[in-house]
Amino acid sequence: MNLESLKPEIEANVPGCRLEIISNPSPSAQHSLLIDSEHALAIAIFLRDAPHLRFDYCSNVTGIDWPAPTPAPSKAKETGDAIEEDVENAEALATGHLEVVYHLYSMELKHGPVILRMRTQDRSTRVHLPSLISVWRSVDFQEREVFDLFGVIFDGHPDLRRLLMWDEFTDFPMRRDYVEPDDYEYEPTAHDKVLLKTMQHQGGTA
Amino acid sequence: MSALAEFPSAAHLTPSADGDSQLLEVSMGPQHPSTHGVFRMDVVLDGETVVKLKPIFGYLHRNHEKIAEDETYLGSMPYTDRLDYFCSLTNNWAYALAVETLAGIQVPERAQYLRIITAELTRLQNHASLVGFLMQDMGASGTPLMYAFREREKILDLFEALTGARMMCNYMRFGGCRVDLPAGWLEQAKQVVAAFPRFLDEYETLLVSNEIIMARTQGVGVLSRELAINAGITGPVLRACGVNYDLRKVDKYGIYDRFSFRIPLGDHGDVYDRYMLRLLEMRESIKILEQAMRDLPEGPFTDPKTKVRNFRPKPGEAYGRIEAPKGELGFYLISDGTPNPYRYRVRPPSLINLTVLEDMCLGRNVADVVIILGSIDIVMGEVDR
Amino acid sequence: MDEALKHELGRQGVIATTMQELYNWSRRSSLWPLNFGLACCAIEMIATTMARYDLARFGAEVFRPSPRQADLMIVSGTITKKMAPQIVRLYNQMPEPKYVISMGACAISGGPFKQGYNVLKGIDRYIPVDIYIPGCPPRPEALLEGFIELQKKIDGQPLTGDDRPRHLNAAEPSEFLIPKFGEHDLEPSKNPAVWHPPLINISLADNDESGIA
Repeated sequence: MNLESLKPEIEANVPGCRLEIISNPSPSAQHSLLIDSEHALAIAIFLRDAPHLRFDYCSNVTGIDWPAPTPAPSKAKETGDAIEEDVENAEALATGHLEVVYHLYSMELKHGPVILRMRTQDRSTRVHLPSLISVWRSVDFQEREVFDLFGVIFDGHPDLRRLLMWDEFTDFPMRRDYVEPDDYEYEPTAHDKVLLKTMQHQGGTA
Repeated sequence: MSALAEFPSAAHLTPSADGDSQLLEVSMGPQHPSTHGVFRMDVVLDGETVVKLKPIFGYLHRNHEKIAEDETYLGSMPYTDRLDYFCSLTNNWAYALAVETLAGIQVPERAQYLRIITAELTRLQNHASLVGFLMQDMGASGTPLMYAFREREKILDLFEALTGARMMCNYMRFGGCRVDLPAGWLEQAKQVVAAFPRFLDEYETLLVSNEIIMARTQGVGVLSRELAINAGITGPVLRACGVNYDLRKVDKYGIYDRFSFRIPLGDHGDVYDRYMLRLLEMRESIKILEQAMRDLPEGPFTDPKTKVRNFRPKPGEAYGRIEAPKGELGFYLISDGTPNPYRYRVRPPSLINLTVLEDMCLGRNVADVVIILGSIDIVMGEVDR
Repeated sequence: MDEALKHELGRQGVIATTMQELYNWSRRSSLWPLNFGLACCAIEMIATTMARYDLARFGAEVFRPSPRQADLMIVSGTITKKMAPQIVRLYNQMPEPKYVISMGACAISGGPFKQGYNVLKGIDRYIPVDIYIPGCPPRPEALLEGFIELQKKIDGQPLTGDDRPRHLNAAEPSEFLIPKFGEHDLEPSKNPAVWHPPLINISLADNDESGIA
């Protein structure tokens, strides 16, 4: 699907939307379209209902975490207790963003894919994006999973609960800065990270 | 037109209790003999009729995607075996296809044929086991499942001779396959495939003329075409509703366009159609297998130019998908030039197919819930990853 | 009793045995497992019960769906932290004498998914395990061997004395602590009465030059 010709069509039919083609340098040549969250719903409805496009099948919804590009000075993450984000880290990484990618295909006309991307404004408070569930029911569980693992809040989803983790869980595990709970791991020949953890648990040489 | 208005899910509706009926909330699972793995459903019942159904997952969430971000590309291949643990070879192929799309790797002819042979054998044993599990769920405890597993053992013997393992095969590599066929494998495979239609005839007589099965599956769990497309259902469940969408014909990945096979479609979209469709698909798979084993060429079984160690695809992203026995299995990879992927995402067919479980079960009996769940064909390793 | 005399009596149709042998023989020959499969190892467990590697000939005739009617729990598959409280609850509901087989690498110690935020690194953190069967997944023959090992273990359990099994000892617990869902992890993350982290020789590991980060 040629995005160069699709972009002006969408702009003509959904006035005011801001689109950007993100080109894909790899040999797969699957370029994607960055859309803005205000007009996402209108763009989605146009793509689904326009008679020559008919993208009636949303195949995949993916969440991606893009932390801020400047590396924060490394705080000791391998501490003995499970602290997920200390305050200094939170401020340094707050300028990154989260991204949600939608892969659209057409079952009726058998073409595709068209890849849409939506970005949040940051990773801490402004993480709201519109839910596309009213356009395609297939995003139901997938948006819940992105909420569960990344923390993106989808406005308009009727039942936004955690999908895979238990309800009392408070972290977003797939983020790049997630620190796992400290768990003793037994390996007969421990090395690297497991060795460090074991030494902390057992307190030095045996 | 809002998809929610047209196909409302009852997730946000509160059931109203009238007069003297009492609603009972039952938690089916996660340990239950009929739920195909650790899957839990909170079912609200009015007598025996299902009023509301809420599926709960996560009991097998093994954070496969997070592990893949620490592993190299090739190191994730054994983990893909464990996604849909019935069909490890098709999982391997989907992942290899995604990486080959990302890095632009060409696959030699012989490897393409080997991939198709192993994938169709996987499809055979998956569909056979599923029909066996259906009978088990309906109460024929054990015996039909033993018939299905008898055939499955023959195919697993072939896999073990070829790849070294019965279930977790880890056979595909980026650019081809891991090893070539051992001596005598092709003859044994031809014998297994030649004996399969007789087993299918046996099974079909069990299904087609059995009154209990017809009464319990016809008209049960009906799924409409429009809802199926909108909810992203793929695989046999979609084709049972009459939608002609099979990735082997649409995407023509591999060399499927060289084989002549038909796509069976269903009329009513109920449980009976889904099972008959799987039997017909098995017959089409046998056709593909016969053609592939007849035409298998000589040549390299893997691309000699692809590096195995220190494999670094160029930065970019790719989405590769195949027609797995359960539906569309896709892998979405983002590479940043390092040996580990930046983002690795599995598009699980079983999870997406469960979107419509509630719609199909509303208004039916509790016993039908088990049958409808079985007909969707889920594997929790894939749903939860 | 003299073995030759026993044999002679046996040929005449008289069986001489001890209470312990009889009791243990009847228990080990009819171990009914709980119908409990988590992940991939469950498929191999099902394959073991099928016609080729029939498990029923060793006594596991039926798999009971209810824990109240089962003697043996074959934990097959990865145990996630979300599932762990249910497993312990099921184990508590089984009546004594009860046994646990930990089948597969995931049930022993987390397996290939060890570096997981949701994976419990071995079911023996919360409940006592009798037999461990390694493999990923273990072949049906390996499960059969594990089953036979369990039978041998049961055969050797004395009826009296200090090393009598748990169900004959009133002081030993038969129900174990059920973990709760915390904000980051299960609470408690392990049961100290059941599991002690195995020690490794760190000084030896220190000399390992194969890469300390």
